[in-house]
Order: sequence, then structure tokens, then C-alpha cells
Amino acid sequence: MSDAATIDTAVVAVRSAQRIRRDHRALTAYGLVAPAFTLMLLMLLGPLASVIALSFTDYQLGAPAFSWIGLANYQEMFADRVFWISLRNTLTYVVIVVPGAVTLGLGIALLIESGASLRSLYRTIYFLPVMATLIAMAVVWEFMLHPQFGLVNGLLRGAGLPAFSWLQDRSTALCALCAIGIWQAVGFNMVLFLAGLVSIPKQLYEAAEIDGAASAWARFRLVTWPMLGPVTTFVIVISGIRSFQVFDTVHILTKGGPSKSSEVLIHTMYTEGFEFFRSGYGAALTVVFLVFVLLLTLIKARLADRGVQHA
Amino acid sequence: MKTLRAIPLWPVIRHLLLIAGAVVLLAPFIWMISTASKPPEEVFSSELHLIPHHFALWDNLKIAFAKANLWRFLLNGVIVTVSIFVLQVLIALPAAYALAKLRFLGRDTLFALVLFGILIPPQATAIPVFLLLHKLGLLDSYAALVLPFTISVFGIFLMRQFFKSVPDDLVDAARMDGISEFGIVWRVMLPAAIPAVTAFGIFSVVAHWNDYFWPLIVLNSEQLRTPPLAVAHFRNNEAGTNYGPLMAAAMVIIAPLLIAFLLAQRRFIEGITLTGIK
Amino acid sequence: MARIELSAVRKSFDGTEILKGVDLRIEDGEFISLVGPSGCGKSTLLRVIAGLEPQSAGEVRIDGVAADAIRPSARNLAMVFQSYALYPHLSAFDNIAVPLRMRRLSAVERLPFVGALLPSRRRKERGIREDVAKVAEQLEIAHLLGRKPAQLSGGQRQRIAVGRAIVRQPVAFLFDEPLSNLDAKLRVHMRAELAQLHRRLNATFVYVTHDQAEAMTMSSRIAVMIGGELVQVGTPTDIYDNPRDIRVAEFVGSRKINILPGRIREDGRIEALGVALRFASAASAGPCRIGVRPERIELGSGPFSGHVVHAENMGSEAFLHLAVNGSDVRVVARIDDPRRLPSIATQVSFGFAMDAVRAFNADGKRIEVEFEHTERVRERAIV
Repeated sequence: MSDAATIDTAVVAVRSAQRIRRDHRALTAYGLVAPAFTLMLLMLLGPLASVIALSFTDYQLGAPAFSWIGLANYQEMFADRVFWISLRNTLTYVVIVVPGAVTLGLGIALLIESGASLRSLYRTIYFLPVMATLIAMAVVWEFMLHPQFGLVNGLLRGAGLPAFSWLQDRSTALCALCAIGIWQAVGFNMVLFLAGLVSIPKQLYEAAEIDGAASAWARFRLVTWPMLGPVTTFVIVISGIRSFQVFDTVHILTKGGPSKSSEVLIHTMYTEGFEFFRSGYGAALTVVFLVFVLLLTLIKARLADRGVQHA
Repeated sequence: MKTLRAIPLWPVIRHLLLIAGAVVLLAPFIWMISTASKPPEEVFSSELHLIPHHFALWDNLKIAFAKANLWRFLLNGVIVTVSIFVLQVLIALPAAYALAKLRFLGRDTLFALVLFGILIPPQATAIPVFLLLHKLGLLDSYAALVLPFTISVFGIFLMRQFFKSVPDDLVDAARMDGISEFGIVWRVMLPAAIPAVTAFGIFSVVAHWNDYFWPLIVLNSEQLRTPPLAVAHFRNNEAGTNYGPLMAAAMVIIAPLLIAFLLAQRRFIEGITLTGIK
Repeated sequence: MARIELSAVRKSFDGTEILKGVDLRIEDGEFISLVGPSGCGKSTLLRVIAGLEPQSAGEVRIDGVAADAIRPSARNLAMVFQSYALYPHLSAFDNIAVPLRMRRLSAVERLPFVGALLPSRRRKERGIREDVAKVAEQLEIAHLLGRKPAQLSGGQRQRIAVGRAIVRQPVAFLFDEPLSNLDAKLRVHMRAELAQLHRRLNATFVYVTHDQAEAMTMSSRIAVMIGGELVQVGTPTDIYDNPRDIRVAEFVGSRKINILPGRIREDGRIEALGVALRFASAASAGPCRIGVRPERIELGSGPFSGHVVHAENMGSEAFLHLAVNGSDVRVVARIDDPRRLPSIATQVSFGFAMDAVRAFNADGKRIEVEFEHTERVRERAIV
């Protein structure tokens, strides 16, 4: 009886000692993650929830009160011509920039990989636009596209072609922004493709040659293109998400003009949210933007899964 | 036979194509340097020439530095990017270590939140974060530029992946040697993760040096402007009249990162393509 | 030096029980090996002793003191890891100095930059330097101290890791498969070195390995662990000759023991492959398994026969694979002189050495057998 009791207390003592050490460890772990997760709630997850909540209110910065107005912001948005123009322009921008930047990026990567000389020099040159501060380069582009003194029109005139006032013309403003977008994104895509190309085992090409794929094109179709599949979908989605976020060039070069011909989603959101301080309406625009970006991410995740299955 | 004859031809075509592409891609940089070196009368002439007749780069730089406090703006850029990076590391590393090497209740949930956080584009949270900073009275300050970016879920994810590859034995050895869990983060994990931290640092510094959206929203005061904002204002004030100094100012803003890039290309490309994972 | 006692130690991870109640008493100054197939829980047991993993139940005592609430570093044990676990950013010298710095320097003195300026730190550093130098001399690594781990070979890293363990003068050394990352030749060499080290330090060594040869060659006692339980603890000879469980018999020995199907007849006689042997057992009748080590199979005469299907000539010895006639059983036998190797397909008859037969019941537990001497003298087989 007394023996059993002492054993029991001993067991309890051991258990509690173990628990103290285990708790101590867990506490350390929570201590280590606490700052990060507090900030994450404060700066990321909280704001994300708020932006959705805000989109159902009529809150305006500085207003003393606000009220829940249900879907009114969305109704207003869908009835607004500017929103539809902005959405269409954004999609147009994506549809032009993504294929342009992806095919050019792939082409340059293939060209660089197809020979041994000057590889790193070319890689460096093509990567320069990625590194350069986009706002500064946008200013340079503006001058390049200057109707009178710009390089582009100068060259066109020299070749006997008609000149344009690129950024001031409704029909060309968005195209000019797309061109800058492609110019900036090509190097980034090229580097991703180069990484993909390097990881293709050389023996596959040798095997393809022995199996009768004599031309470079046949080897590309048989080996390169399928092996690059996952990288390609990845690059497409990344380019898509980045194009959806286009803002810097629009804001500094056209402010969405002339007459809304280059208005894009984030720029509309910026104008409503930070120039007119209509936070609720701006939030509704943000939600639309978020839906598109998350949609792209979902597609990426689905494609990535399928890529793994095929491999 | 045919392929044999094709061999000497292909490298020539390859170089021709790549050089042509490079010229197009470099045109803005070349034009920027060319314009920055021209006096106004040469800038405003319809006749195209690359090499200025009269070399005016120093004059233009002088005007640029006189019209805008470029040193101050560059310093702001350094202050902001360095503070962001240092705070990101201080906050992300302990969390990444705990997520990679410690067992505790809720770890998987927290990691799932990190993965979810990576998906959120920065523009999506702009309005609420702006309102929060407004409430806290922090708008138009260094804090407004730095605070929202101190938490990098991407950094946590990246470091966590890297720490996973650090052998558990090393952590256990440190515990046997008497290093505390907090000490392990800084004495063992950080030194082991230097390559990953460097890559992340480049990614972070480049992203925030070049960021335009956020400073545009939260700043008013001239003396706090970051480099991109400075160029934008310079352009708004001077456009149409003074392209030489404007191009010179753009050169000054771009130069620090481009020079760093040319000095350490491999590391930079590694760092920047990290965004690929994002 | 220390005595380590484990009583009823259990450990489970996410509902699976890794350690199912381990009792073990490790004597002061002994070299004990924990061996077993991978996943048997031997490393977990070592980590429980080290304090890196809190046990779910049971108790660990070091020199009579319950260690459960004591942090790993405060248990004053040293551990050498499989991957050596050297800090990659520190020189060999600094690696060895870490445990000393952690123990002797205060938090302030350890601060980077600031700490180095304190006079007390400088004084203590001098002591640390002397201790590291002493250990380096012992292990003949003085010329390596300035190098980083990446600049060292596997064997050199191993020595630095041992140095880091020795320098703190621990009460016991824990080794977690320290040789398995080395190439075969170096491994054999390091076995001898570790055994010498043990003799010189006269300290308690707890050595975990999946390589039974390491355990056999170095340790004073072996503890065989299978499926989270200690199946047998004993001297190497004891474990090899008298396995108490068929799993131990199969695990120990660089050539696997031959296991033949057998039966205990109603009269107590034991049959192997249907042939009655001159052994009897008191155990109840039914199927059993017979184990005979390759070197205890006598070729040339005996009740069994088979034909040679494969021969492995190792130079100093050879192994003959025989397909036993009338069954699908294969038997491996050792031949001392490879020059007398029969060719493939030769018919060979064979039998077992007198005291070589070990019998196990259907559960794999050892059963006692008695040898029926031709002169009717009964001799008890060792159990």
C-alpha cells in the first residue's frame, strides 16, 4: 500500500519534471514565432480580411462614421463604365505582355544555350532591364517615345514611316505601355528558362539524336519543349500575375489617359482609394483584383500537380 | 554532310540575333546616357545623334543635384531598404527556425498561414494598412515605409526550407554544447544560412529600392522621398523643359543597383529569380 | 565517470511507440553498444539518455540522480553524431572550443565584438586555448585546428567531433553511428582508434550502430534492440554463441546464420529438414527452427546432402552455397581453405558440429536442447 503510494508519487514527480521541460520547449517555440505571427496578423491577414469587409461599407478616410451597405459598392462598380474599361485594358495588357514576354524570353534563352561563347555576357545584358528601377526607366522611355525629339519617332522618320505621339494617342498609349512591360519582363523569364534548360539531362539529347531526331527542331519538339513544360506554365502564370499588378508605368506616364484608354485595375484602385479616399469602393476594386490573381495562382497549382503526375 | 556545313554558320546567326536583341534591350540605357550627356540645344533637335557634339554630362549632373536633393533621396533609399531587410531577418529567422526544427502544437497551421500569405499580392492590403498607419499617426514617416514590410512571409518560407536542409544533428550538437534555442538561431542557423540570407537580402533590397507604389501612397514630405519617388517628382516638375538633367537624375537613381549587379551578377540573378517561387 | 540506469523507458511519437519499456544498467567505464536494425529505436534511446528527447514514461538516472528535469548540456554527457555535426562556419579550433565557451564564459563575455574586449574573457580564453591544444595533441589534430570543416576529410572531421566531445571531460560519451559516413577501410581503422580511446579515457561509452561488426569488435557488452525492445544484453561472445531469440541470431554475425525448418517430435527428438538429429528437447512437440552458423557446418560427411549452386572465394576463406536435396532450402557453409573449393553442381554431404545447433520455438524464443552422446553420456547444451 505504502509502496504503491511512493511509487505513485515518484511517477508523478517524474511526469511533472518531464512536463516542465516539454512545456519549456513549447514556450520557447512560441516565443520564437510570436513576433512574426503578430506582425503577420497585423500587416497581412488582418488587412486582407479588412479589405473584404471594407468593400461592403461606405467608409471614406476621415469620415466620422460608416455604415454597411451590402453589395452597393459592387453594384456601383459594375454599373461604372470606367471599371469595365479598366478591366478590359488590364486584360488586354496581360494578353499582350504575357505571350510576348514568354516567347521572347524562351527564344533568347534557347539562343543563348545553343552556343557556348559569350553566354554570361548576353545573360547579363538581357537581365539589365529587370534590375533597373522601373520608374526611372519609364521616364527614359517617355523621352524615347517623345513625339518630336524621341528616338523611336526619329528612327521611324528616318525609315520613311509615319510617326506617332505614342503616349498621348488613345490608340497607341496602351500598346506603348505593353512594349515597356515586355521590355522589362523578358530578362526575368529568360533566366527562368535558362535554369530549366540547364536542368535537362544532356543524355536525352544524345538519345534523341541516336533515335533519329536529326534536326534541331525535331530535338526541340522531342526533348526540350516537353521537358520545359513545368517551367513554361510556371513562367506564364508568374508573368500573368505580375502583369495584373501593372501600375508604375501607367501612373507616371499616362495616369490612365488619354480619356481612360490606358486605365488599369490597380490604377483605378489607387485613384479611388488614395486620391478620392473612397476606401470602401477602393476595397471592392481590390477584391476584384484579388480574385483574378488568386485564380491565376489556382491554375498554377492545378497545372503544377498535373506536371508532377506526368513526370 | 549538310550539318557539317551548317556548323560554322549557326554561331554567326546566333550572335547576330542576340546582338540585335541586345541593342533593342539596351537602347533605353544608351539613350539615357546619351541624352544625359547632351546640352539642351542638342536634346531638342530633330536630328538623331548618339554621341553628343558637346559633352555636357557633368553640367547636367550638377543641375540635377542642384534642383533635387539627390544625396538625401539616395540616403533615404539606403535607410529604408536596409532597415526593412534587417528587421525582416530579425523577425523571420526565429520563426523559420521554429517552423523547421521544433515540434509544437499548431506548427502546421502556422506554416499553412505562411504559405497562404505568400499568395497575397502587396497591393491587396494597401488600403487597410494605410488606414491602420493613419490611425496610428504614422503616415509620412520612415516607419510608414518600413513597418508594413518588416514581416516577410516569403522570407520565413525561404528560410524554413533552407533550415530543413540543415542536419538535425547540428542542432542537437548545439544543444549538447549548451547553446540555448534562441542562441541556436543566431549562432548556428544564421551562419549556416548565409547563402540563403544573401539571396533573400538581394531580393528584398532590390524590391524595396525600386518600389514606387507604397512610398507614393504614404509619403508627403519631400525630405523622406525614396529614389523612385524622387525621379517621379523631378520628372513632374521638369518634364518637357530639361531632359538632360532628368536623364542624369535617372542615371543616378539606377546606378547603385546596376553597379552592384554587374559586380555580383550570379548572386543577383539568384536573388531576383527567387521571386519566381513567390 | 558515470553509471547510467534506464528503467521502463517508453517513448512514442504521434501515437506510434518507438521504445516499449527499456530497462538497462550501464556500468561505469564500460563500452556498451546498442545495435539493431534501422528503426529499432536505438537512436531514440540514445537521444533520451542525452536529454535531446524527453521520454514519454520511465526514468533515466545518471550516477544515481534522476536526469529528467536536467537540460542536455547540463547532464555533462558528450555526443558524437553520425554527420559529425560540426559548425560549418567555425574553424576546427572554434568547434572544439564551443562547449567550453558556453560553459565558462558569461552571456556578456560571449557577445560578439563587445565580449572580446573584456579582460576576464581574455583570461578565460587562454584557459580554453590550453585545453583545446591538449586534446588536439592527444588526437593528433593540432595541424588541422585552423581549418574549416569543409576543408577536412571525413576521418579528420570525425576526429574533430571526438575532440569536441573529449574537451569538456564529460561523465559519459554517446556515439550515434559515428563511423557510418566513412569509407570501409577508414571505418575499420577508426574502430581500433575508438577502442584505444576508450581504454585510455576509461570512460563510459554508449555506442549506437546498425553494424553488428562494429559492436562485436569494440564493445565490452552489446545490447541488441529490435522493435523498440531490448532483446538481449551480453558480451559479444555470449550474443554470438548464445542468442536467446532468433532475431538476435539472425542479426549478429557478418554471415547470416543458417535457419532450417525443424520439428520437435513427440519423443522429444529434434528433426531438421525431416532428418532426426541426435538432440532432444524438453519443450512441447511441434514445429521449430534450427539455427547453425556457416563455420559450424561440417562438410564431407553427415546426414544431409546437397549440391553446390554458388561459391564465394574471399581469398582467406570461402563460402559455399548448397541447395539441400529434397527441399528448397539453401545452406551456406564456410571453408577455411579456398583452394579446396568444390566446383559448381558437385554433390556434397554435410552435418553439424556437435554443439553448434541452436533451436528456436515457433515464437522465435530459444529452446534448450540436449545432446545425445553416442556413449550415452548426456551433455547439456549451453543456453
